[in-house]
Amino acid sequence: MTEATFAILIAATALFTYRLCVGPSLADRSIALNGLLLVGMGGIATHAAHTGQGAFLPTLVAIALVGPIGSGMIAHFIEGRGK
Amino acid sequence: MIGELLALGGATLVLLAAVGVVRLDHALARMHALSKASTLGVLLILVGAAVNISDANDLTSILLAALLHLLTSPPASNLLSRATYIAYGMPAATGIIDEGAEPLHLASQRNDDSPRE
Repeated sequence: MTEATFAILIAATALFTYRLCVGPSLADRSIALNGLLLVGMGGIATHAAHTGQGAFLPTLVAIALVGPIGSGMIAHFIEGRGK
Repeated sequence: MIGELLALGGATLVLLAAVGVVRLDHALARMHALSKASTLGVLLILVGAAVNISDANDLTSILLAALLHLLTSPPASNLLSRATYIAYGMPAATGIIDEGAEPLHLASQRNDDSPRE
């Protein structure tokens, strides 16, 4: 079952990477990067659920803290540039 | 077993968000697909990890991560969608009422083409 979960996450990674490469505007690329961050969080948590060991779980806290700050900074940049 | 099932359901929601990000045709619609489905998906995966873990230290890490994700993800989506709306405007479709143009003074800026602050 964990293999199926990781396969689904890898498929989501492929779709987000497609949008990151193709996406016509900077906002689309930022959305795709946000999605990749979520996939990473899901991968770490799935690994913890599979093994029952939480060695990587503080990384989740760091990602949840820092990720939206980057998204907000990109939003500030888009708003200031006006395009 | 239960935790892995929950993780599978959450990963399926993340995949649905990815499909929405690829298939929908405007940045605001893509943000709509991502911010809703993936928030619930990541929370489901975190609950699945919390079910399978017994150490109190790891449980508090998961709880803090879920709380921070719930607190910080919607404001970031709001900031990004606001910037997208100001920079690119609404999609040209029928039946859309552009309610934000008046309070944000977008109409005058688009008419006289003045530089934005």
